[in-house]
Amino acid sequence: MTMVDSAAPATPPPIVSRPAPTREGLNEKVSVRGLSFYYGENKALKNITVALYAGLVTAFIGPSGCGKSTFLRVLNRIYDLYPNQRAEGEVLLDNQNVLSPAQDLNLLRARVGMVFQKPTPFPMSIYENIAFGIRLYESLPKADMDARVESALRRAALWDEVKDKLGHNGLSLSGGQQQRLCIARTVAVKPEVILLDEPCSALDPIATAKIEELIDELKSDYTIAIVTHNMQQAARVSDYTAFMFLGELVEFGPTTKIFTTPSERRTQDYITGRFG
Amino acid sequence: MMEHTSRAFDIDLQDLARLVAEMGGLAEKQIGDSVDALNSHDLALAQRVIALDDKIDMLQREIEEKAILTIARRQPMAVDLRDIVGALRVANDLERIGDLAKNIAKRVGALDDDIELNKVMRGVDHMADLVLSQIKDVLDSYARRDVDKALAVWRGDEEIDAVNNSLFRELLTYMMEDPRNISLCIHLLFCAKNIERMGDHATNIAETVYYIVEGRPLADERPKGDTTASATVAFPA
Repeated sequence: MTMVDSAAPATPPPIVSRPAPTREGLNEKVSVRGLSFYYGENKALKNITVALYAGLVTAFIGPSGCGKSTFLRVLNRIYDLYPNQRAEGEVLLDNQNVLSPAQDLNLLRARVGMVFQKPTPFPMSIYENIAFGIRLYESLPKADMDARVESALRRAALWDEVKDKLGHNGLSLSGGQQQRLCIARTVAVKPEVILLDEPCSALDPIATAKIEELIDELKSDYTIAIVTHNMQQAARVSDYTAFMFLGELVEFGPTTKIFTTPSERRTQDYITGRFG
Repeated sequence: MMEHTSRAFDIDLQDLARLVAEMGGLAEKQIGDSVDALNSHDLALAQRVIALDDKIDMLQREIEEKAILTIARRQPMAVDLRDIVGALRVANDLERIGDLAKNIAKRVGALDDDIELNKVMRGVDHMADLVLSQIKDVLDSYARRDVDKALAVWRGDEEIDAVNNSLFRELLTYMMEDPRNISLCIHLLFCAKNIERMGDHATNIAETVYYIVEGRPLADERPKGDTTASATVAFPA
């Protein structure tokens, strides 16, 4: 065999390696303990104990119906909007149980923002899509509001594409832009935790790459949980991964470990595409 | 192991394993034939060994292409990814083994056929037998994903090193006894070194098998016995 390396650059590009996070020294922004969830009689989550660490991305993977989306819905109590749904156990956000009846739900949803699978811009201007949420919590003078809208759109890597058409309807944007608008809307109210429920499943690869880049940017300031069916995406964007199956948490650990040497047979079967 | 939901993925992995097995079979044949050619001074057989190397190289390229395609197509995870990386590594080691056998075959022509080889050739033969059995075992451990067998090969390399050490001293002695032996002994030294290197590649393959199955590198320090780098023999008085 002959080795030809005439095309090799004189100095190799620097290898940027991110040290694998360990649980020691991590700050548990959200601690979930013994969480069970019921749709009427049907137990959809079974005694889940898991943590979301501050400044890191945690991915939730598992086959359809395993409870990943249900789990996200508990974290900001979206389920409260529906009858016959209840949660048991504890979800501590900075050590305060958000499942407590005394929890102010509007405040909770401002602290824990959510982005859904299908982009859901409001049928109003791009500017208003962002400003609307801010006005629910704060009353800002016009100049400050403009600044907040711009900063949210910049944060979502959308500003350059929409700065000249802020008055256009949010629905006129492409799917990928709409999803980034929704992320901007979430970021605008300055949440602490961002929940992403399959944010890229309706997007093309370029829009997906932009959202993933965005997740990487945002994680230094937020605690992020992402539900995804795309295993490679989970492997790319997350620091920790939780594998769920039939309402149970099967395995939770550093993403590098889950995708290379998972401890549980069921995790390995799922991520390698051997599920029955 | 359970089958993939996508049957085509299973077939891709089976194809890779089959190609590696085929390459392994050829490498084994090359080693045996190269030493036979050396023993019997059979130039035609040596030529066939040299020609076979192209086929091994071709198989290695085929394995590489197949592995890259499979990675691109399936985005393998965990054990599947290790399987594919493992096939690439094993193919690399087998390709090197093929080169080493070819090198032995090339030396057959350089040896005079009237020289009395019997005594030193016994040492070379013995080493070749040991290496062949190591390679058979390690290919078997690869095919069966048998970690225990792989570890036995990994630990067994020390014996080959020991034979190599004594052969090295023996050849040095012959050279000192009569300068007319030097040309022959130098060639045999290289042959012995080539065989010893094949043994090292067998241990590399054992490490790969361990990695595929266990998901972590073999961390222990391998027992090593090659002392030829510092071996000397006193000139006979």
